[in-house]
Amino acid sequence: MKPPPESSVVVPDSAQPADLLSRVISNDWVNARYKHLVVAAPPQAAQARPGQFFHLLCPDAGGEHPFFRRPMSCYGASPRQGTVEFLYKVAGTGTRSLASLVPGATLPMLGPLGHGFSLEPAWRTIVVVGRGVGLATLAPLAEAAAAAGIAVQAVFSARDRDSVMSVERFEASGARVTVVLDSDGSSDPAKVEALLRRLHVQGMADAFFTCGSTRLLVLLQRLGRELGVPGQVALEQQMACGLGMCFCCVRPFREDDEVVNRRVCWDGPVFDIQEAMP
Amino acid sequence: MTDMSVSVGALRLANPIMPASGTFAEGLAEVIDIERLGAVVIKTITTELRAGNPVPRVAEVRSGMLNSIGIPSKGVPYFLERTLPYYRRFAVPLVVSVSAPTVAGFASIAKAVSVPGVAAIEANISCPNLEEDGRAFAMEPRSAATVTAALREATPLPLWVKLTPNVGDIAAVARAAENAGADALVVANTVLAMAIDIDTRRPRLGSIMGGLSGPVIKPIVVRMTYQCAKAVKIPVIGCGGIASAEDAIEYMLAGAAAVQVGTATFVQPSAMLAILDGMEAWCARKGIHRVADLIGAIRDTDLELAPAQY
Ligand SMILES: Cc1cc2nc3c(=O)[nH]c(=O)nc-3n(C[C@H](O)[C@H](O)[C@H](O)COP(=O)(O)OP(=O)(O)OC[C@H]3O[C@@H](n4cnc5c(N)ncnc54)[C@H](O)[C@@H]3O)c2cc1C
Ligand SMILES: Cc1cc2nc3c(=O)[nH]c(=O)nc-3n(C[C@H](O)[C@H](O)[C@H](O)COP(=O)(O)O)c2cc1C
Repeated sequence: MKPPPESSVVVPDSAQPADLLSRVISNDWVNARYKHLVVAAPPQAAQARPGQFFHLLCPDAGGEHPFFRRPMSCYGASPRQGTVEFLYKVAGTGTRSLASLVPGATLPMLGPLGHGFSLEPAWRTIVVVGRGVGLATLAPLAEAAAAAGIAVQAVFSARDRDSVMSVERFEASGARVTVVLDSDGSSDPAKVEALLRRLHVQGMADAFFTCGSTRLLVLLQRLGRELGVPGQVALEQQMACGLGMCFCCVRPFREDDEVVNRRVCWDGPVFDIQEAMP
Repeated sequence: MTDMSVSVGALRLANPIMPASGTFAEGLAEVIDIERLGAVVIKTITTELRAGNPVPRVAEVRSGMLNSIGIPSKGVPYFLERTLPYYRRFAVPLVVSVSAPTVAGFASIAKAVSVPGVAAIEANISCPNLEEDGRAFAMEPRSAATVTAALREATPLPLWVKLTPNVGDIAAVARAAENAGADALVVANTVLAMAIDIDTRRPRLGSIMGGLSGPVIKPIVVRMTYQCAKAVKIPVIGCGGIASAEDAIEYMLAGAAAVQVGTATFVQPSAMLAILDGMEAWCARKGIHRVADLIGAIRDTDLELAPAQY
């Protein structure tokens, strides 16, 4: 993504990254597969901006020996309370070891890292479309938009009712949330497309934001191109260093007529939606 | 206070700790004080613009990693116009790692980067030699000698030659590089390896095989450092799996004049500084006044090598 001109950025990039020691306040299940981790962290960390992430040094625990750190989006950061939050899916070695952390445990975290979302002051209403743990990445964006006086229309896609997370969190910031589910067919791309078109017709789609689903990304790219709506996407890729050094986490992007590799950790993880390649 | 300085040939370093090529870039300067390092070594550059290999480019293994990054390179002009000016603001010596697919290509890139502000050239000769069936230059004493001699002609700067561990007799390659004019050797690059996901039955790297690095390779490369240091008079820079002060000290005892730290930095961005501080504290505890006194100070004269089992 070409960085927008300085003056138009409502959400600037934050503090210098640092390797910080945080302390676990709570680490609770929100449903069968996801945990919500809250840590007390030094002030730099709490200045993390929406879309930025931390590289967490997961402990050796329960026979798990994660070698690399694990990237996790900042799900919330409060400079006032000195806290940083994560919402994560317990998936493999690293996240299982994260899940074992108990209150009082220490957790080294490198960050805040990467380029987060940017908001244009001219926007009135943005549309935020997420699936699964993509919501963790999008929640702070909804809050920052609200703080900047930009209304948020959120569309949550999930497998079933039990997998829906974070609705209260979004609604508390003033976002209007529409939940679409695989279980009742409402998450069908054609239906989501119709929903997004309605929002656009109603003048409520000045920009699209998405994270967590390739299918939704492709849909938003197509609609964005057709309707002239700009957008941003937060992407994932396996990482080693998190600091742009190792070139492990590259993904292909369209740049003019070329395809170029960019580093998710350093050039992203938030990119222009049209430049991303699913 | 321990004197932490070491000499790598004519180049005097404030301390023996530096990053390994490909594991260091500007991003680290945002997190640690890179001026405290003995030197900085940048990721290998090539004349050709290259995109690098397909993903997945990385796989985690127990105590280490596999990578198949390849050498994505923005070319020499980018280095001269962007990278070099960036490092000019730091007083720490800058070592430029170069590579090429041909002998002439090596000579020409070494010449192109022999400019003020560059303290030494590290030749990554572990790459495929297109003139020799794609076998790495560093896999044969003869091709290592040919490319080192051409590099020697091409640059007046200190010339470090980085060897591959993927050889039967690394000491022979080390001697060949020394005789052809290398000022120092870096031992070593990554160990050729692979991993398979048993559920999907797919190789875990997009290009099937890749380089193993991290603590898992340390004993292998300590052995090679020892063999090379015994075989040559020029300094050997140890590199492979160093993650702690103890690891770095072990390498120096094996004969390394300095060490490079790679993979450890991915896990602990401050690893190099922690290693430096740890070494200094260790020397102070042991009453060692000069860290350079550790070089090759292994006590082995009363022992004999076991007959080769391989
Ligand atoms: C910028 C960024 C932000 C992220 N934010 C969140 C978040 O807020 N919540 C959340 O639940 N997940 C998030 N992820 C994904 C999360 O990093 C992976 O789920 C996690 O690394 C899996 O680790 P594991 O050891 O449990 O899984 P394993 O499958 O055992 O991991 C093996 C290796 O693959 C890597 N890996 C596996 N899946 C992913 C993935 N989807 N993305 C990147 N690397 C992966 C791991 O880091 C590890 O190196 C984010 C990823 C990125 C790149
Ligand atoms: C991600 C990655 C990229 C690397 N890139 C290069 C490179 O461009 N040139 C080079 O000479 N060595 C490269 N190496 C090898 C390292 O410099 C080093 O020789 C090796 O990793 C062993 O050291 P370590 O165990 O401390 O990492 C790379 C290693 C890794 C892990």
